[in-house]
Amino acid sequence: MAAVRTRSEVALNRVAIAAVLIVTIIFLAPIYWITATAFKPRHLATTVPPTVMFEPEISPFVKLFLRRSQLREQPTPEEYAAAPWWERLVFDGGEKVVRDGRGNAQLSGYPSRFANSLIVAVVSTVMAVGMGTLTAYGFSRFKVAGEQDWLFFILSTRMLPPVVVAIPMFLMYRWFGLNDTHVGLIILYTAFNLSFSVWLMKGFIDEIPREYEEAALVDGYTRMEAFFKIVLPEAATGIAATAVFCFIIAWNEYAFALIMTRRTAQTAPPFIPSQVGSGLPDWTVIAAGTFLFLLPVAIFTFLLRNHLLRGMSFGAIRK
Amino acid sequence: MAHIELRNISKSFGSKPALRGLDLEIEDGQFFVLLGETGAGKTTTLRIVAGLEKPTEGDVLIDGENVNEWGAAERDVALVLQQYSLYPRYTVRENLEFPLKSKIRRVDAADIEERVNRVAKTLQISHLLDRKTDRLSGGEMQRVSIGRAIVRQPRVFLMDEPLSALDAKLREALRTELKNLQMNLGATFLFVTHDQVEAMSMGDKIGVLDKGKLVQVGTPSEIYANPCNTFVARSVGSPPMNLLNGSVSKGNAVADAGFALPFAGKASDGQPVTFGIRPEDMFLDPGAPAEGAVHDIENHGVAKIVTLRAGDAVIRLTTSARDKLAIDETVRFSWNPEKVVLFDKSSGLSLRHGP
Repeated sequence: MAAVRTRSEVALNRVAIAAVLIVTIIFLAPIYWITATAFKPRHLATTVPPTVMFEPEISPFVKLFLRRSQLREQPTPEEYAAAPWWERLVFDGGEKVVRDGRGNAQLSGYPSRFANSLIVAVVSTVMAVGMGTLTAYGFSRFKVAGEQDWLFFILSTRMLPPVVVAIPMFLMYRWFGLNDTHVGLIILYTAFNLSFSVWLMKGFIDEIPREYEEAALVDGYTRMEAFFKIVLPEAATGIAATAVFCFIIAWNEYAFALIMTRRTAQTAPPFIPSQVGSGLPDWTVIAAGTFLFLLPVAIFTFLLRNHLLRGMSFGAIRK
Repeated sequence: MAHIELRNISKSFGSKPALRGLDLEIEDGQFFVLLGETGAGKTTTLRIVAGLEKPTEGDVLIDGENVNEWGAAERDVALVLQQYSLYPRYTVRENLEFPLKSKIRRVDAADIEERVNRVAKTLQISHLLDRKTDRLSGGEMQRVSIGRAIVRQPRVFLMDEPLSALDAKLREALRTELKNLQMNLGATFLFVTHDQVEAMSMGDKIGVLDKGKLVQVGTPSEIYANPCNTFVARSVGSPPMNLLNGSVSKGNAVADAGFALPFAGKASDGQPVTFGIRPEDMFLDPGAPAEGAVHDIENHGVAKIVTLRAGDAVIRLTTSARDKLAIDETVRFSWNPEKVVLFDKSSGLSLRHGP
């Protein structure tokens, strides 16, 4: 591109960079806050003004995973010395680890909620993207009577806010015994994401020239084989982008999870805020929970970033 | 190798007719070219033979067998397209192997390798075998694409403007190559193009399509010398046939543009006709009966194409490249009356082709 730039252009460029930096900092501030708090000692978590320099600790994460109760009396020095490192961290915070009858430390509710989130988000994403891709292929390649109406109908399922359908869904789920089950939540999220996935994937598949498949058909392959050997690899970028979107939506979903789950299938989003309610909240533990919750989406998005860059432009940029 | 027959094929997309009552026969080992403009129905015909499209009406026969209900895979035809013809993400070798690896063929690995190598050698693409297809030039791509068709040893080769996206030099080279290949293989080719030069130079037979109808089928020289209507006359030959409206009067061809030339055919006096004459069947001569002004001169090296204006008619004729001519110069011209083709003025049909 043009290598010659006028002085005013240089100045403008600097202003633009400064503006971008400021906006970035504003957007990153909450993430920094959560991350910093997750590693702070408890007494520094709520200081005014906020403490910026501190020695990071992992005690919030230890506490996050363990079931704890308030210490009534200080542990004896022998008890303290005999305790493993993680139990000492809990003692230091004025709490003790709750143990079951056999003396094994009990886990807090967090790990199972986190696992629930993973199971529900991954399975529903795979299902929504898989079914969405097949549906989109059908719409893209075959004449479907009333195609536009069908596509609109599919999208219309996304037009109602979850709160509107939550109560009837709850009653229906109770009838079917799906409340507080993984299957129930997976069905819900899959249905929720499917419309989105169909629309996105149709755009991507429309971009793939049908000549490729037709060549494969003529070369002696069935449509199924042509789909898997030719179309699917070409659609990889679109599938990646769609999967990220679906995963993020399923991972962050709050309203349905709050209403449809109690314990067994409860996901992290409704669980984390529920911890604030009782007594004096330990903000460092809540921050640690939130920090861990951020990670999967960040990692998933990072791994697929090359695909996303092209995918998010919805096929506008071709290689 | 195979014999192909299309019987009364019609095809419409929605309410739009693409083909209307098409009858076509391609003999075993024939290089058949379908010539027509965009939208004439060439590609549709090809896709119907390939089994990618079902005719609304009519039958497709391969070796006398009705294949209407057969899928593309079962028909054992090979397809070469203008673009998007190679599988992306695959190497050249993988592309060539692809049709052989189909379950319906069951070729063993050693055989596949041998066939791929042999085809690569024939098409001079051996050095490209391990390259990804997005690293190929347009000409190389089409070569690989043709290779993928050959490697299968199909019953019929179907080609949809395979050379149209290439530059002129390469197009010429591949044209010759393709024709040689077809003769060496003794294969049946159905070749679709809008380029009359390709049709003339490669075809054993040409079928001219116009608006979904097959207008004329014949050898290139038949079609060139004796077009059955003014459409064919206009679409074959470069420069195209001169078409002059006029009538016959006392053994002379009288053009509406205001000149008369000798006439050798049979036509009733006064009947409005269109005279068709190829540029090479006209000549400049100081003693000739008609007069015109030089409008344009194109020097092609081998010959000159001269555009004349005579009255309101525009006439193209070829002369030797050595002839000295100047723009706006007044010249006298005539034609070879034996070569004049008569068309009915209102219907455009050739009067030579009978009633």
